[in-house]
Amino acid sequence: MSWRYQIRGLGVAVATLLLVAACGSTGGGGSASCSESTAKTATSATACGGMDALVTAAKAEGQLNVIALPPDWANYGAIITAFQSKYGITVNSANPNGSSQDEVNAFDGTSNAPDVVDVGQSVALANTAKFTPYQVATWSDIPAGAKESTGLWFNDYGGYMGIGYNPAKVPGGVINSIQDLLGSGFKSEVALAGDPTKSNQGLNGVIMAAVANGGSLDDVSAGVNFFHQLKQKGNYVPVVGTDATVKAGQTPVLFEWDYLSTSHGKSVPNWKIFVPSTAIIGGYYSQAINKAAPHPAAARLWEEYLFSNEGQNLWLKGGARPVRMAAMTTAGAVDSAAAAALPAVKGTPQVPSGDQTTKASQYVIANWSAAVS
Amino acid sequence: MIAAGNPAVDNAARPLTGGRRFSLSWLGAAPFFAYVGLFLLLPTAIIVIGSFRTLDGSVTLSNFSGIAKPFMARAFTNSLGVSVVSAVGGAVLGAILAYAVVTGNPDGLLRRSIMSASGVLAQFGGVALAFAFIATIGTTGFVYVFLKSHGLDIYGNTVWFYDPPGITLIYLYFQIPLMVLVFLPALDGIRPQWREATESLGGSTWHYWRYVAGPLLAPAFLGCTLLLFANAFSAYATLSALLTNGSNYVPLQIQALLTGETQQSQPGLAQALAVTMVMIVVVVMSLYTMLQRRTSKWLR
Repeated sequence: MSWRYQIRGLGVAVATLLLVAACGSTGGGGSASCSESTAKTATSATACGGMDALVTAAKAEGQLNVIALPPDWANYGAIITAFQSKYGITVNSANPNGSSQDEVNAFDGTSNAPDVVDVGQSVALANTAKFTPYQVATWSDIPAGAKESTGLWFNDYGGYMGIGYNPAKVPGGVINSIQDLLGSGFKSEVALAGDPTKSNQGLNGVIMAAVANGGSLDDVSAGVNFFHQLKQKGNYVPVVGTDATVKAGQTPVLFEWDYLSTSHGKSVPNWKIFVPSTAIIGGYYSQAINKAAPHPAAARLWEEYLFSNEGQNLWLKGGARPVRMAAMTTAGAVDSAAAAALPAVKGTPQVPSGDQTTKASQYVIANWSAAVS
Repeated sequence: MIAAGNPAVDNAARPLTGGRRFSLSWLGAAPFFAYVGLFLLLPTAIIVIGSFRTLDGSVTLSNFSGIAKPFMARAFTNSLGVSVVSAVGGAVLGAILAYAVVTGNPDGLLRRSIMSASGVLAQFGGVALAFAFIATIGTTGFVYVFLKSHGLDIYGNTVWFYDPPGITLIYLYFQIPLMVLVFLPALDGIRPQWREATESLGGSTWHYWRYVAGPLLAPAFLGCTLLLFANAFSAYATLSALLTNGSNYVPLQIQALLTGETQQSQPGLAQALAVTMVMIVVVVMSLYTMLQRRTSKWLR
């Protein structure tokens, strides 16, 4: 590289610095406003001059980068539209079908990096160093076990592991117990929505089968054994169930998250979901803000919106159970029609801890192949 | 069967200008050797070296002892079983079809259409093949549903579609055409005069097959069967497309060991499995080459 280029590069750098400084000074005039530098580190809306100041700063940024949010997943399509029209902020939705890991991998420090992510528990725990703490206004409604205490990540919505099924393919048209699946009327019908040795959803299906068959979150051998019995009876289908296989009728009985299972109702009329009352296994996704978010104020406003009554009810309409649901039900703020449409669940939900999930995963990896082949 | 000493090839190999000290005859083959080196020898070397290493790079034999687990042994018996049955079945059925073709008109429509169909179908595999079978005789396939509604349930009490019998059936779909393609030249080498000679010496059809055609075709038939075995044993895409969740075949085990997330990933064990597969195929293909040499001695 010649000197000329280096000098030119230096010039660009200096110009950039001046520009950034100028932007900072215009935004950070009064104490009630939310400048870019304060927004970057603000751990709550109050720390950024209050909700109105945050809205103003976010509108000034004008953009929000989100990633891996399929429009038909937990009603994200409607949520994004509502947020855009409410605040006039453009939402750039990248790679809608990406995985949790893809989301974090996209933190590249450019202006295209995601501002916020919606990730599975394991990915959230593994990447806390890349997140910045933030506490939404409704922070106290989120149960203590469902958030990192400073706000590096906090659960947003989730659901229960259920058995979705097409009543037309099931003897008697209804499943009342997980033991029913071992019956002769279920030949080549029962599948998992993920490979349990790789996918969190598949693993939770096995955990649910374990708990329903006398096992526990700490001992999933009963679940692996249950699928072994299904295999021996000829009822297990060695295919990862998706909306396509459900439509084709290849997997008419499918272990999956209830909020994802409800979407099959569009392709299979009368699609039903059974959640065993003795084995209600919960699973939640988490929100987190990118430490180097290109639009820090918009990122924080997006979280405030998601955890407002409006945002939570939109998730509920998508069949997901928002994390503030209990508090909102007490306060009478919940969308009762959407709540009534959720699969009926009687009993106490259990949520596997990170350690329990790791242990279950190790057991399944060691024993799954032998059980179902 | 390939005519040796093609004069055109020999001439091309000679240096074009006189007085050149070094032969450039290898130059024409250089792209081939580069190709083989890059895409066959190098990957094989990487796999062999990897199979003797742990994740942190030290030398170990533990990858190979990992194969001794019961479910790994089961993966091999499943893979070998499907390969043997589909190879033998494909060889017998393919040979009969090839014989039917040979006895017909050599330029006839039957032969031309069967040859082109075989050429296409022998390469038919992967997602397309898996889907074709799911859509026809899968549990919701239209052939299965049609037969069932007419009182014939091909699965009866057990759905064997995803089990080794189903995989064998699917493999036959490309094994039979492949057998037609590779066995036909051997059948073409059998001359009608030999049959006439047998008959003029008072031999029956049985005598002809037992003492003339049988011994002549046996090495070719066995060789082709071995080729079919190797073809089925190494097939991966069809299995991977059909069985996405928990079935035990060697290629699927390798896939699981390589693509699993952090705690499951055991590239060393996967490479050890691959090396074992390579060794099995090497043995089979060596036998094939020996038989092929014997065949070509008689049929040219």
